[in-house]
Amino acid sequence: MAKQLMKGNEAIAEAAIKAGCRHFFGYPITPQNELPQYMSRRMPQVDGVFLQAESEVSAINMVYGAAGAGARVMTSSSSPGISLKQEGISYLAGSQLPCVIVNIIRGGPGLGGIQPAQSDYFQATRGGGHGDYRVIVYGPASVQEMVDLTMEAFDVADRYRNPVMILGDGVLGQMMEPVEFHYKPAEGLPAKDWATTGAAGRDPNVINSLSLVAEHLEEHNWRLQDKYKEATEKEQRWELYNCDDAELVLVAYGTTSRIVKSAVNQLREQGIKAGLLRPISLFPFPEKAFAQLPSSVKNFLAVEMSAGQMVDDVRLTVNGATPVHFYGRTAGVIPGPAEIIKKAKEVAGGEK
Amino acid sequence: MAELILAGFGGQGVMSMGQMLAYAGMLEQKKVSWIPSYGPEMRGGTANCAVVITDEEIGSPVVVEPDVVVAMNLPSMDKFESTIKPGGVLLYNSSLIDRKPARDDITVLAIPANEVANELGNTRVANMVMMGALLTQTGVVKVDSIHKGLEQVLPSHRQDLLEVNKQAMERGSKLAAE
Repeated sequence: MAKQLMKGNEAIAEAAIKAGCRHFFGYPITPQNELPQYMSRRMPQVDGVFLQAESEVSAINMVYGAAGAGARVMTSSSSPGISLKQEGISYLAGSQLPCVIVNIIRGGPGLGGIQPAQSDYFQATRGGGHGDYRVIVYGPASVQEMVDLTMEAFDVADRYRNPVMILGDGVLGQMMEPVEFHYKPAEGLPAKDWATTGAAGRDPNVINSLSLVAEHLEEHNWRLQDKYKEATEKEQRWELYNCDDAELVLVAYGTTSRIVKSAVNQLREQGIKAGLLRPISLFPFPEKAFAQLPSSVKNFLAVEMSAGQMVDDVRLTVNGATPVHFYGRTAGVIPGPAEIIKKAKEVAGGEK
Repeated sequence: MAELILAGFGGQGVMSMGQMLAYAGMLEQKKVSWIPSYGPEMRGGTANCAVVITDEEIGSPVVVEPDVVVAMNLPSMDKFESTIKPGGVLLYNSSLIDRKPARDDITVLAIPANEVANELGNTRVANMVMMGALLTQTGVVKVDSIHKGLEQVLPSHRQDLLEVNKQAMERGSKLAAE
């Protein structure tokens, strides 16, 4: 298939359809509106369901219903809307229902602004709602990666019976880049024999997150934790760039990682041995990538469009063995390569 | 590597102009990105998009210091003239902009895009007059690639607009060559 020029938001929608998603429930919010708009046009063409709900709360509970019936289902929103969905996401995780949730982050807190940010990292990677649960989270850095990870997200959601989140931002949602669609269904996905598809000829399936006996609920919780452990073992994804002899490793994901890569190239030209570690999976955080780094690394510098959230995972991973520094812009301000280079030089100990 | 900002008021076709450039760059196997400004804007103010066309991997698609600015109206020139890299290019729509740019460290082209478009009988191709001038001045993509992109982008019942678009580009190209 020839390359197409598409917006990130539209590309996610098409990727979902290619991956067999036939149910979409959403509510409008900038900067992700092109996603439901695209779905509203495409879903009827593939005999799918597009439904604009009366609220985000309603949309996420429609996701719960469709997922419970065994359908591949998606919802999308941006920061304030994702906050509204958190109760539903907790119920989805508690009931072990697979679905894909897209958050095209904008600046916060509160209603905030509409410009790109990465300030929902904590919310996404720590569960977001109540209870001991995790959502598997991917942070794509290009429109093509939004496509590839969205397709994969449906398979991963089905494999773990768990919500998977695509964490983008206003830049990735709004920008156009060339993309190609290649979906190969994953092999060996478990049958959805738990789905409520009509109980004729079998015992009814019950989908529920209520469990009033503490010991039973604890048992359920340990089962959930076992899944997260398995995902942590198997689903870590990352990219290492110029790290082989690096003394300073910058850590960044999503839009920020693109700008950091430009900065790393310029730092190298100036004789500073800089590299980039780009987490692609945000939960599970790619701890294994850090184990692959050479012993030449003297400093880490996390760069984010937030006041400092992913940097906590870097610190937890490095565990005090190497200094971890931070540079961030927040509320919708996008850092430029020059300011990142300035900070990197400070960290590396000035110009060589 | 070329970083462009295309700006005008809503309806002047700056967004589609940017998309055509990105599409043409893609046809030429280059790395491309396009991103609109989507912040709050005043009615009659500026809508703009940023396009990057390069052989290397693209970092930020957001352009802060453009090599090239196309300004279709005065608020756009006011906003972006000062951001152009020294040695860069400013093309402005002299049909609607009556002040001259102040910068003397850039190449400036005044293109009466609306007048030329009106002469061609379709005021909506003013952006393509600008496109012709832009390509002749900068060579950022080939004219042919834009033509190919146009053929693909225009729906079948709009293919009759191809000719006037090509004419507009030719006129713009001549103005830039003068």
